[in-house]
Amino acid sequence: MRALFLRELRLATRAGGGALTGVLFFLAVVATMPFALGPDLNLLARIGPAVLWIGALLASLLGLDRLFQADREDGSLDVLVLTADRHMLGLTVLIKCLAHWTASVLPLVIAAPVLGLVLNMEAVAIGATTLTLLVGTPAIAFVGAVGAAVAVGLPRGGVLVSVLVLPLAIPVLIFGVSASYAAVNEPDPFLPPFLILAALTMFLAVIGPAAAALALRYSAD
Amino acid sequence: MRLIAEKLSGERGGQPVFADVDFSLGAGDAIAVTGPNGAGKSTLLRVVAGLLPAAGGKVRLEGGGDAFPTIASAAHYLGHLNAMKPTLTVAENLDFWRDFSGDADIAVGEALETVGLGAIGHLPFGYLSSGQKRRTAIARLLVSRRPLWLLDEPTAALDAESARQFSALMENHRAGGGMILAATHLPLGINGAEELRMGEAA
Repeated sequence: MRALFLRELRLATRAGGGALTGVLFFLAVVATMPFALGPDLNLLARIGPAVLWIGALLASLLGLDRLFQADREDGSLDVLVLTADRHMLGLTVLIKCLAHWTASVLPLVIAAPVLGLVLNMEAVAIGATTLTLLVGTPAIAFVGAVGAAVAVGLPRGGVLVSVLVLPLAIPVLIFGVSASYAAVNEPDPFLPPFLILAALTMFLAVIGPAAAALALRYSAD
Repeated sequence: MRLIAEKLSGERGGQPVFADVDFSLGAGDAIAVTGPNGAGKSTLLRVVAGLLPAAGGKVRLEGGGDAFPTIASAAHYLGHLNAMKPTLTVAENLDFWRDFSGDADIAVGEALETVGLGAIGHLPFGYLSSGQKRRTAIARLLVSRRPLWLLDEPTAALDAESARQFSALMENHRAGGGMILAATHLPLGINGAEELRMGEAA
């Protein structure tokens, strides 16, 4: 399993791996926001957490469609599926999701504080948003794996993956953003939405890979 | 250990491709599955591996014991595709499969020597010629131990010399009690292989 994780990381960081696509997209979306909204610093600070979350959500959907498709195109997927007696397929999917998250989404989380400054956010809001992104974005990868597994056989599955995944990722977005806001807006409590966000991630960490494994099992042709 | 297929039928997209195939493969045996294009050779291999559901009949592995409870766990499946990543080096690819597949056998370097690629383990897989790619995929069969080899056109891109080398590898595998089910157009060059002709009855 460690070998799989390392392989996925290597693939993501080598030529054509696309680890940087997500973070560049995230930078582009968030950095253009102030130009579109105008120089109203209070407005920017107010909508900052939401902008960061939407940017991160959309950016982490990029590249999800390749999660299994690349393996399918070179035949690796068959071998991964056939190894299911040694490594439960759901676990294989989980590791692939974690590697995808580490390579493509973690950089977004790291870039988020810098972009928070661009959006004139307070230090507390920046901290809270980064923390919620750190806890919440893995859930998007786990849901995304289901979409990627369902669309694995389709040549242009990217759009379909986004359409399938977005509605399922909405709860993550809602609780992520509301926890970020609660950190700065007294008297809203920070902890309840944050804990629900953490629960969502853990819940989806179990359901997502299991469902994706089922979809992969029956996608072979 | 014995691989037995009884009245096995397969279909692709609801279209029957082959029906009522029977065979029995014991330790040290080899079967060459032959037949024209579209006769269902690849489909048969995928059904046997468990990648496709059988449309009828069944295929089972007897005597696998705890080590090999299912056909998939006992099999190396070498399909049309090589299951290697173009951006990783040849050695990295094989290292990964050796680690991931379990039951590690000979070392990666040694396997590459065996298929005649000892000098290019450091190159990205994508730089290789199609014959070299195929040989790398064959090296995957060697780095982890499986009693059953399911091979789909294993020698398609190989030159005569490499094909001979591969025949020797298959003989070696059978001598160690291995089983081979290979779909092929070309003679495999192994002694005493049974032939399963497909697509004649249909």
